[in-house]
Amino acid sequence: MWMYTLKRLLQGVITVWFIATATFFGMHSVPGDPLSGERATNATIRANLEARYGLDRPVSEQYFIFMGNMLRGDFGISYTQQNREVNDIIREHFPVSATLGLLAVLFAAAGGILFGALTALYRNRLPDYIIMFLVILGISVPSFVFAALGQLSLVNVNNVLGFSILPVAGWGTVGHMLLPALVLGLGTMAYMTRLMRSSMLEVMSADYIRTAKAKGLSPTRIFARHQLRNAVMPVITVLGPAIAAITTGGFVVELVFAIPGLGRYFVQAVQQLDYTVIMGTTVFYGAFLVFMVIMVDLVYSWIDPRVRLQ
Amino acid sequence: MLGACLAVRDDCPNRFYQIDRDMKQSESQSESTQSLPAQAPGDRLTQAASRQLALYAAIVVIALAAAMFGLNYLASLTSSAAGMSRQAVDVENNIITSYLREEPPQMNSLRSSDAVSSMVMAHVMEGLLRYDENSQLAPGVAERWEQDGSTVTFWLRDDARWSNGEPVTAHDFEFAWKTVLAPATGSQYAFLLYPILNAEAANNGEISTDEIGVEAVDDRTLVVTLETPIAYFDRMVAYMTFMPVNEAFYEQTNGRYGADADQMLYNGPFIMTSWVHGASMQLRKNPYYWDADRIKLDGLNYAHMTSDSNTLQNLFKDGQIAIADLTSEMLEEAMFQRWPLSQFMEGTTFYTEFNHRPDRLTRNLNLRKAMLLVHDPSELVNRVIKLPGYLPAETLFPRWVEGMNGPFREEYPLPPLQRDVEKAREHLQMALDELGLEELPPLVFLSSDTPVARIQSEYYQEVFRRYLGIELLIDRQVFRQRLEKMTAGDFDLVGAGWGPDYNDPLTFADLFASWNLNNRGRYSNPELDAQVRIAQSSLDPQERTDAFGEIHRIIREQVVIMPDYERGYVYVTDPRVKGIVRHVFGAETDFTNAWIDVDAGDDQ
Repeated sequence: MWMYTLKRLLQGVITVWFIATATFFGMHSVPGDPLSGERATNATIRANLEARYGLDRPVSEQYFIFMGNMLRGDFGISYTQQNREVNDIIREHFPVSATLGLLAVLFAAAGGILFGALTALYRNRLPDYIIMFLVILGISVPSFVFAALGQLSLVNVNNVLGFSILPVAGWGTVGHMLLPALVLGLGTMAYMTRLMRSSMLEVMSADYIRTAKAKGLSPTRIFARHQLRNAVMPVITVLGPAIAAITTGGFVVELVFAIPGLGRYFVQAVQQLDYTVIMGTTVFYGAFLVFMVIMVDLVYSWIDPRVRLQ
Repeated sequence: MLGACLAVRDDCPNRFYQIDRDMKQSESQSESTQSLPAQAPGDRLTQAASRQLALYAAIVVIALAAAMFGLNYLASLTSSAAGMSRQAVDVENNIITSYLREEPPQMNSLRSSDAVSSMVMAHVMEGLLRYDENSQLAPGVAERWEQDGSTVTFWLRDDARWSNGEPVTAHDFEFAWKTVLAPATGSQYAFLLYPILNAEAANNGEISTDEIGVEAVDDRTLVVTLETPIAYFDRMVAYMTFMPVNEAFYEQTNGRYGADADQMLYNGPFIMTSWVHGASMQLRKNPYYWDADRIKLDGLNYAHMTSDSNTLQNLFKDGQIAIADLTSEMLEEAMFQRWPLSQFMEGTTFYTEFNHRPDRLTRNLNLRKAMLLVHDPSELVNRVIKLPGYLPAETLFPRWVEGMNGPFREEYPLPPLQRDVEKAREHLQMALDELGLEELPPLVFLSSDTPVARIQSEYYQEVFRRYLGIELLIDRQVFRQRLEKMTAGDFDLVGAGWGPDYNDPLTFADLFASWNLNNRGRYSNPELDAQVRIAQSSLDPQERTDAFGEIHRIIREQVVIMPDYERGYVYVTDPRVKGIVRHVFGAETDFTNAWIDVDAGDDQ
């Protein structure tokens, strides 16, 4: 167990190093650079700026400087938010994305498991058809459509009522995050519903369920202990990557609802070729994703005794 | 075997058969095409399971509700804007709420170069001169100024104060300007100070910044020596790069000047009391401001930072912000609701620039003339872009540019741009003859990836194919890559735009001078260069304006560019808020003259 954990962690570190290196050289090979602007800069000003940011050195040297700084946990100063350290950007904005993501994942997991189990129980009957139709909708409609529609509906509801039941956009209270979290979690919820449904159907036909029924267990106990608990396994497997994906992929939702999350910085940094922010957010998100996958594998062995780690 | 048995006993009430049937159903997976008879309603297991599921659902809802309280606490930790009013107009506290398009990238005036920072800066800082409610230059920290040849003297008022109570002195300006020009500062807009004696050499690192021609003779007199006399220096000093910085405070911030609300010293109408990065900013009236009586608001909140126009409109509709730019969809509703609408021209011109490098076909004047002759900016604006506030451009010089006694364009009129396909084809034939070509190879149109640029490039593709048979290849690039290609000259035509840096036509007129680095098509014409030099060095207003007129004419006749549109916005304001001004220079949206009219709200 400990050996296994250690091995996985080591693999994780190598993965993160690889992500950092690939991003670094990929980023530098893109034409253009973070110092160019709509206004052309003359040679003097350009040289002054390059010296200030250390861009006047060869890329290989910049790579080693970057790696050295990264090991010390310093990602440098942003090019576009010129007074802010990348560490500060991550520290101030990741908690926002994480809080929103956490609620979205709670919505997604709770909804996915409940609806999945429900559709499996009522397979090929009306509740199944209705929910599965919504699931297809949830999977195929992109989140910016839901976000825009959701916000517009909220404005109209508020207008009709004459007071705000929920704020339209912004950040600060749980009211601000209800709708965005729902929108953000919708796709994952739909995906989990489908997963849960097929997993549940598989479990319902398993031998041990027949055994359970044969030995006369109460239906409630069969459902709760044998069916639901076994069927939920695959959902837990995808939970780790889903948490990472939701927490990091909130760009559109954060933009529409004016939420100061990290997703905005992640996407805009690439558009702006903001080298330091690209590196900081990519390495941070990469490490987060790797960590989540490892966590799920560890948790898995605890939930499912059949899985033994070595 | 079991299946056959079941088929007969499908409706059997016996419990064991029931279970068997259940299993059978599960075995054939949901994805199988086999359709099974619906389960009987009296299915015990399903019922029990559903009850159980309902119970779980109830528990989940309660758990989620509990989780919300925890999350509410978390959310309040990540936003210290607690207690900030989220109403568009807070009558009781005399505060207005607005928004910012993005987080201000750089609030250190020495290094700042963007519009959003400039807008906030105009509320919390003040330079020697400022723009008043009619967008005219007005005295700021300087109560009067005088230019004598290449010497400009500013006399500072004695009641100008920093927000810590210290007086704003001429030394604060001298320090700021010299720091802007110090190579180590890495200021992108240092070039604005180049008219000052020795400024460029100091920025180059050739001489010490001590030798720059700016000197605080005493606390209240600032003397500037210019490299050569220019007529527009006073118009430049209202720009944020020229704003004062308190040296003692600056040194004490350890390079973090402008990074946070408490890392700045203010001398403008407002002070910044809180700045939650990426989320909000709160400004409060500055009691130390010398003209505090003029400021009627007690505060201004920037409660949101987003550029999403639909979100902003929704926030306005929900009564959370006092001003919003409108999209065409929202415009109809706004007119229906009779909201107060205004138009604001941002002062920028967008145009299609030709590549004039020797190896390019677009160097041929007749080809350019042919393209201009089928170009119709009003069709582009009214039938293609269709955004409220956009106006067709006729020339490089936008509408706000003033001549001697009135609008520049009226004093130096150009023939209107009219589509003349026949004449265009003649010019195209001449171009082909001159180039010795049978047929024109496809031209590359470099475009950015914004929605407007996208639709515009596709429109051009169609126009030039239909009227001239010219194929355009669209090369769509994101911002930085487009700039890289523009600078490298890797295009035939490119969609570009220009906004003014200071309030003088020269900010547009020198754009196509052969030495200008922003002349990315490398247009070079000694005749135009000569006119630019007159406009730069002459002190006679009439002579300068005539030079602008000549430049204006040359650009049209030589088809240096094809004018596309001038960008503007139709915006809506809360009926209770009066006196919002939108400037081409200084603050794009200026609340320093705004006030709340309580009565206007009553009939709302």
